Amino acid sequence: MTPERLRAALRGVPDPEWLDAAIERVAADPATVPRFFAAAARRCGRGPLPDAPGWTADEAARALLLAALPADHAGHAADVYRHGDAAEKLAVLRALPLLPIGAECEPLLHDAIRTNDTRLIAAALGPYSRHLDADAWRQAVLKCVFTGVPLAVVHDLDARADAGLAAMLGGFAVERRAAGREVPADAAALLDRLTAAGSPTVGPAAGPAASPVADPAVPSDARKA
Amino acid sequence: MRIFDPHIHMTSRTTDDYERMAAAGVRAVVEPAFWLGQPRTSPDSFADYFDAIIGWEPFRASQFGVRHHATIALNPKEANDPRCRPVLDLLPRYLEKDGVVAVGEIGYDSMTPAEDEAFAAQLALAVDHGLPAMVHTPHRDKARGVERSLAVVAESGIDPCRVVLDHLNEVTAGLVRDSGCWLGFSIYPDTKMSPPRMVELLRLYGTERMLVNSAADWGRSDPLLTRATGEAMLLAGFTADDVDRVLWRNPVEFYAQSGRLDLTGVDDADADAPGAAGGQPGAGGAGSAGGAASAGGTFAGNSILRGGS
Ligand SMILES: [Zn+2]
Repeated sequence: MTPERLRAALRGVPDPEWLDAAIERVAADPATVPRFFAAAARRCGRGPLPDAPGWTADEAARALLLAALPADHAGHAADVYRHGDAAEKLAVLRALPLLPIGAECEPLLHDAIRTNDTRLIAAALGPYSRHLDADAWRQAVLKCVFTGVPLAVVHDLDARADAGLAAMLGGFAVERRAAGREVPADAAALLDRLTAAGSPTVGPAAGPAASPVADPAVPSDARKA
Repeated sequence: MRIFDPHIHMTSRTTDDYERMAAAGVRAVVEPAFWLGQPRTSPDSFADYFDAIIGWEPFRASQFGVRHHATIALNPKEANDPRCRPVLDLLPRYLEKDGVVAVGEIGYDSMTPAEDEAFAAQLALAVDHGLPAMVHTPHRDKARGVERSLAVVAESGIDPCRVVLDHLNEVTAGLVRDSGCWLGFSIYPDTKMSPPRMVELLRLYGTERMLVNSAADWGRSDPLLTRATGEAMLLAGFTADDVDRVLWRNPVEFYAQSGRLDLTGVDDADADAPGAAGGQPGAGGAGSAGGAASAGGTFAGNSILRGGS
């Protein structure tokens, strides 16, 4: 996804003039970003964008506001995340891969993964999660399994899944079966792929590509936690 | 019966409450920022509290098909603590948030000069941010507190139809009726205000500008007393439409003045309550709620989250 594609996908929102003016204003005066960022959902709507699969209007509008900043994208992203409601935090997490930043916003991922809000956990495991170190990433994947976030949302799942994750998933499966409870189908499938490969790492070709959050491939009754 | 509880402190309630509320028809709530029982000693703990009632609590509510909004303010009791006064500087940013539908609870606790100042300053913020105001009326010296509150409201220049005075009773309701402000009644499990007395007040004053809430919090309280009041109204001869007006359309009308009330997916008058499908909100309820489920972000079929994940 790119800011240009999001901008095009937002053409049909209820108040496109508001968004155009807000983007212009933020570019000229970055101090105005908190106020526009907070108001974006009620001006642009919250529905899914047909031309930007997996994105909602408010997420896209907020991502564009951050992308329009002239400088210090990481600092502003951290500020609106810190002072944001859940939807604003979610939009920051979605925007991170689109911003010209390095690893500076990694602490936001840790904050999101510490919550129990499944939307934030899922968003933290998008493309920007490449900045998570292996230990934090494995813990986050297990947290997805525990909280019912479909593993399909995890960026580069099969490429990063390693023997350490296999051991954790194996332990989880043993506990679940001992308790007479089901292992979520996507976790079981990942464990199968990891153990079948029989090597410490599994190549990207071994599993399906990540699919959008809204399309969990897991039977619902398998994920009751 | 669809119910909108316009004043309830869900942070203090358990998931059992959410389940019972959803099953009783409660589809929407407003959680006013208030005292937590334990006095706070710094603005930072207010910030975390405000973040919770616009972040985690709406998510928790959404798992039961209940739409959650909040009001934000420095409450009158803690307005007296100089350590908490800088909370006033935090408010402008919170008052821009989508889920914030009023400034509140403001008003009086002990009617001190510090309370005067915070009350007036926060009514001015309500005007600045285009928000209604929720005014808590004191439990001690209530009649004088209500009169003084009405005077401060009049002086502030806020349109009275954007203000609710809450925790009223037989003595104070008449004072507010003539002011043009909305009248809030908190139904308690003890003697402060009961469903039968509420029915008498509705007979006396009619259903216009009347709001009924449970004000349930960490004290002895009952989040189902809105439902009990609706049933008492029906038994007393009020129509189902009267009940719908008091328990749903009135709070919707009041908070919709913020321009931020979002009831997509929970306001269908004919549908059963989204979370009322047999105590399995995560499976049946949230799934059938459509908008509620997607706005709340629970993944289809996911059960209610445990605390220790
Ligand atoms: Zn209260």
